[in-house]
Amino acid sequence: MAAKPKLCYFRGRGRMESIRWLLAAAGVEFEEEFIETREQYEKLQKDGRLLFGQVPLVEMDGMVLTQTKAILSYLAAKYDLYGKDLKERVRVDMYADGTLDLMMMIALAAFKTPGEKEENLALVVKKAKTCYFPAFEKILKDHGEDFLVGNKFSWADVQLLEAILMVEELDASVLSDFPLLKAFKTRISSIPTIKKFLQPGSQRKLPPDSHYVKTVRKVLQL
Amino acid sequence: MCAFPGVENPGDSIMAAKPKLYYFDGRGRMEPIRWLLAAAGVEFEEEFLETSKDLEKLRNDGSLMFQQVPMVEIDGMKLVQCRAILNYIAAKYNLYGKDTKERALIDMYIEGVADLNEMYLFWSISPPNEQAAKMTQMKDKIANCYLPAFEKVLKSHGQDYVVGNRLSRADIHLVELLYTVDELDPSLLANFPLLKALKTRISNLPTVKKFLQPGSPRKPPLDEKNLAKVKEIFQLK
Repeated sequence: MAAKPKLCYFRGRGRMESIRWLLAAAGVEFEEEFIETREQYEKLQKDGRLLFGQVPLVEMDGMVLTQTKAILSYLAAKYDLYGKDLKERVRVDMYADGTLDLMMMIALAAFKTPGEKEENLALVVKKAKTCYFPAFEKILKDHGEDFLVGNKFSWADVQLLEAILMVEELDASVLSDFPLLKAFKTRISSIPTIKKFLQPGSQRKLPPDSHYVKTVRKVLQL
Repeated sequence: MCAFPGVENPGDSIMAAKPKLYYFDGRGRMEPIRWLLAAAGVEFEEEFLETSKDLEKLRNDGSLMFQQVPMVEIDGMKLVQCRAILNYIAAKYNLYGKDTKERALIDMYIEGVADLNEMYLFWSISPPNEQAAKMTQMKDKIANCYLPAFEKVLKSHGQDYVVGNRLSRADIHLVELLYTVDELDPSLLANFPLLKALKTRISNLPTVKKFLQPGSPRKPPLDEKNLAKVKEIFQLK
C-alpha cells in the first residue's frame, strides 16, 4: 500500500490549491502539513527538502517535489488525466496554463494594498469575461463534446472548473454570457470525486483572508 | 502501460513544414523555445512583431488563444503558453527523460530556471531607477539559491547530464541560464565548477555549438532601441 501524498503549504489556497483539486479529482487521499511559523519554514529549508527554498512541497512516490507545475504535470500523467497522445497533451497544457495564469492573478491580488487589490480583481473579472472564458466557450462550441480535450476528463477540465468557481466568487454573474461553460460547470461539478471535494469539510481551502495574508507575510518575510 | 504519450518518430519531421515562431525580435519568453528547437537540430522560421498593430492583427486573426505571444505554429497547430510549447517540443524530440519520474525531476529543475528567467525578463523591462534593486535581488537569488541547487544536483550523481545520465531539456534550459548569468556577471559562476563544466560540455554539442555562433537565431540582450519597441508592441508603461 503506497503512502498517501503529503502536501506542505500554508493553510490556504495560494499555489497549492490546484494540486489539491487535481488529487481530489483523481480520487487520491492526501495528508497536509500546514506552515504556521517562520521557524517551521526555516527548518524545511535547512532539511534540504525545498530545492529552491520554496513551497508548495509534495512528497509522494519516494520523491520530494517542489514547483507547482512540475507537481501538477506528474499527477496528471500518473492518474491518466493528460490526454492520450502528445497532441492532446499539449492542448491540456495550454488550457491548464491559461487558467493558472488567471488564478495566479487572484492569488497575488490578496497581497496588494486595498485599492490595488480591488483594481487587480476587477481586471481579473474583465480578463475572464473578455479573454479566457470566450476562449474556452469557443473550444467547447467547436467540438461540442463534454470535456475540453479528447472527449475525456482531463486535468484541463479540473483547472477550468477551479478557475470558474474562483472568478464567480468575485462576480457571481460572470458566466452569464457563456452557456456552454455554465453547462460544463454543472457537469464537472457532478463528477463524484469533484462533488465530494466541493462539499463542506473537504480539504478545499477558503479564499485568502487577512489572517492568511498575515501568516504568509510573516513566514516568507515579505 | 505507457507512462506518457508516444513520441513521434523524429524521421517524420523531415517532410513536415518548419515550425514558425511568432514574437518580437528579441529574447523575452521565446528564447528558451529557440534554444530547445536548435538543440534538437530543428530548423525554424520566425515572424517578428514590429509594432502593436502586428500584435493586434494576430489577435484579430484568432491565432492567439489567450491573446498573447509567444505563439508557435507546429504540426498543424497554433500553440501558445511557453510551458506547453516547450513540453511538446521536448517530448517530440525525446529530450524529456525516460519516464514520469525523470520527467518530474526535469520539470522541477526547469521550473526553477523559468522563475529566474521571469526575474530577468522583468528586470530587463523595468524603469532604470528600479533596475539596480532588481539586479541585486536577482544576483542574490542566483548566487545563493539557484546555482547552489543545481551544483548540488550535479554533485549528487556525478554524471554528465542533469537528469538520467543523458541529454535532456534540463541541460539546455540550464545552460541557457548560465549564459545569461555570465552576461550579467561572470564572477557569479566562479564557485560552481560542475556547472561550468556542464556549460562547456553542452556548448560543444554540435547543434548547440552551431546555435552559439554568430548568425544563428539566438537573440542578443535587450538594448534601448529594442526596449522601446517592446514597450510599444505590448503597450507597456
